[in-house]
Amino acid sequence: MKLTCDEASAICDKSQYKEASLWEKIKLKVHLFLCKKCGLYAKQNKIMSTCLKKIEELEYHKTHHLNQEEINCMAQELKTKIEL
Amino acid sequence: MAVTDKQFLNPEKWVSLHADYLFNYTIGRLNDRDLAKDLVQDTFFSALKAKENFKGESSERTWLIAILKRKIVDYYRKINSTKGKAEVRMNFYADGEREGEWLEERAPTTGAEKLKKRLRMKNWPKFWKNASEIYLKNTKWFFRMKTIHQIETEDICKELDITTSNLWVIIHRARTQLRKCMEDNWFKN
Repeated sequence: MKLTCDEASAICDKSQYKEASLWEKIKLKVHLFLCKKCGLYAKQNKIMSTCLKKIEELEYHKTHHLNQEEINCMAQELKTKIEL
Repeated sequence: MAVTDKQFLNPEKWVSLHADYLFNYTIGRLNDRDLAKDLVQDTFFSALKAKENFKGESSERTWLIAILKRKIVDYYRKINSTKGKAEVRMNFYADGEREGEWLEERAPTTGAEKLKKRLRMKNWPKFWKNASEIYLKNTKWFFRMKTIHQIETEDICKELDITTSNLWVIIHRARTQLRKCMEDNWFKN
């Protein structure tokens, strides 16, 4: 039942992805109630998730394209190999 | 016999049909333009060599993706066995009476409200980019896949051939590491 801070913060990390089990969450709650440092960690972790969400939004809609020069170069190299 | 369903390869058209798609797929996992380009090119070369193995049961693209996936896994394996191991700082006492407790100098100290206020001022995307390069090193790919690209745990583990507990250890290290440098950074500036 008793967790170390290492274990508690690991569960806290897992819960940022909503993948901590119910039992883990209960154990975490108990630990957070008793440990100020981990309590702080949990709060900061949440903020970190919000920050990372922003990166996700920034990157999500970005599609990456090869430019024409890169395409040509690739096609040329492949062509040489095909002819071999 | 469903002869009409049989797929055929058309290497002359690979670049125009699939290069962009494969490139995007790779960037989603490795986020490095040059590297992604090389891996895509390499995929075409390998595919060409393995042309005879194509049974025509899947589409050309699916087949190419399968080859590309192997290239990506090989790449992860290579970087993880050689240089650039993540700079793993200890965050907790590793043994002794206080095993598993926060190391004094690595423990969170700043209240959340204070952090939130600083947050708006910081150039977060830039900070993230630097911090993930410096502190997460190779594990940044795992962290990215899970956190930024939100790929399912199961899929990451299958794709990169690691166990779930391995992945969670990586995530845990990455987050405790990032947290520390975020806190330091917010208050240094």
